[in-house]
Amino acid sequence: MIALLHYLPLLGVLVVVAGFALRFNPVPVVVVAGIVSGLAAGKSVGDILALLGTSFVSERALLLYLLTLPAIGVLERAGLREHARNWIASLRSLTFPRLLIAYLGLRQILSMLGLTGVAGQAQTVRPLLAPMAEAAAEKRGAALSMEERNDVRAFSAATDNIGLFFGEDVFIALGAVLLIQGFYAQHGIELQPLQIALWALPTAIAAFVIHAIRTVLFGRRILHSGMQAAREGQAAD
Amino acid sequence: MLTIEQAYWLIALFLAGAAILNLRERRWWHAAFWGVLAVLIAGGKFVLAASAAHHPLPAQLAGIGVIALAVLSPRMTRGTLSERDTAEREADALRLRHKLFGPALLIPLVTLLVALFGAYIVVDGVHLFDKTRMTLTGLALACVIALIAALWVTRARPMAGLSEGRRLLDTLGWAALLPLTLAALGGVFAATGVGTAIADLVRLLIPVDNALACVVAFGLGMVLFTVIMGNAFAAFPVLMAGIGIPLLIHRHGADPAILGALGMVTGYCGTLFTPMAANFNIVPVALLELPNQSDVIRAQWKTGALLLAVNLILMYLLIFRF
Repeated sequence: MIALLHYLPLLGVLVVVAGFALRFNPVPVVVVAGIVSGLAAGKSVGDILALLGTSFVSERALLLYLLTLPAIGVLERAGLREHARNWIASLRSLTFPRLLIAYLGLRQILSMLGLTGVAGQAQTVRPLLAPMAEAAAEKRGAALSMEERNDVRAFSAATDNIGLFFGEDVFIALGAVLLIQGFYAQHGIELQPLQIALWALPTAIAAFVIHAIRTVLFGRRILHSGMQAAREGQAAD
Repeated sequence: MLTIEQAYWLIALFLAGAAILNLRERRWWHAAFWGVLAVLIAGGKFVLAASAAHHPLPAQLAGIGVIALAVLSPRMTRGTLSERDTAEREADALRLRHKLFGPALLIPLVTLLVALFGAYIVVDGVHLFDKTRMTLTGLALACVIALIAALWVTRARPMAGLSEGRRLLDTLGWAALLPLTLAALGGVFAATGVGTAIADLVRLLIPVDNALACVVAFGLGMVLFTVIMGNAFAAFPVLMAGIGIPLLIHRHGADPAILGALGMVTGYCGTLFTPMAANFNIVPVALLELPNQSDVIRAQWKTGALLLAVNLILMYLLIFRF
């Protein structure tokens, strides 16, 4: 019976999994999961409310990216995305894989230096990288279909994520490495940050190689389907 | 001195402005949603201070605010917001050209400068930037400078900052809030013992004398827990305390530095698979106006899966060698 009570808060996890699987709106699902897990752990309603409130406001730094929106919005109103597209289209040798692989490498290096906030989905992907990637992909000579356009955008977002994650882990002054060091220190194991960071390097390199290969393959797929579309277009004429 | 708290006030101000614009257009649900959020962000410091002093009421009110946001979320339909005409935007793009990149690049550039040199800027004997979360304070400052530059370059009215910002904010809708809500859930899960329960469960299921089984259980446990929590940082202490330290380090003699580094990046692979990592996987879906919630995850899961395999192999080959 005691063992069962120990596992009862896992009900909250179940709520999350079920909610996402049934495609409910995630925000209420997450809040309900918190309440369920609190009730299952035997907390009072007042305690659960206070726990929800303090957990929420103490993470409010996660909303800082919203401050980029006014500046980006004003620039978009004056044609930022259109210009990014025109400019990349005018650079003949900048193909889709080259653009994305260069961005991936740059993002990894910046993150390794601790400069994770320099780029991001709101700051760089929506206003710059995604329209540039679309323009680079359209150099095949045919416009992107709606589906292909969405694929290119999603791939740009993915590239930003991968560059961020597998660079940040090598940076020694904050984030992952300090968390690892701090955790070990609590458990009586003393390590230097550099010792830990170095062992994340092989994975960072593997991430670059794997995703660069996938970018080339993805670029090739877009290129071929475009040539096919162009041939069919000619045949129809 | 510039502090992160002032950045929070700026966010609250922006959200309140967006609420007022929505109010004027009779978009009640949106107005209520951004209004409640603005109050929560502005009152954050007060709530935490009161909670630390054992006054639970402000925190409980904040909790009620969070529930209100959850109730309002499904009402936040994207709807159609008038955007400037495509032809007009094209004309401006041809006229302004690279000048448009300037303000956009100021955001990373100013953030970078503050991150690198912020600690050395002293005015009248006072540090200009507060040391805690200096990079994020720099990001906030960069956004303000970029907005001023953008208004100057495009000759737009200052109010355009709010109305265009509101357009993007409403495009994001409830997705803007999800990262914060999930982080809060992480806090609740930690406080209710979900983590230890999972680690215990994993230990019940594996043969603890087999080093390979322990490596695989640790690695996949990191991934699974990261998928559930949306964050490898939350998974790390749980799996380390449950499997890493007692089984891999003490019983099988694994090297702690290598285990820690590879364990964490194995968790990062899980971040690529999960909608719970909303700021990376769901927010861009809204920002890029993609049709399905899983579109970004679909674009990246193969990289994540291959990298996971590489990490497990590296872990097995390296942690017992050194």
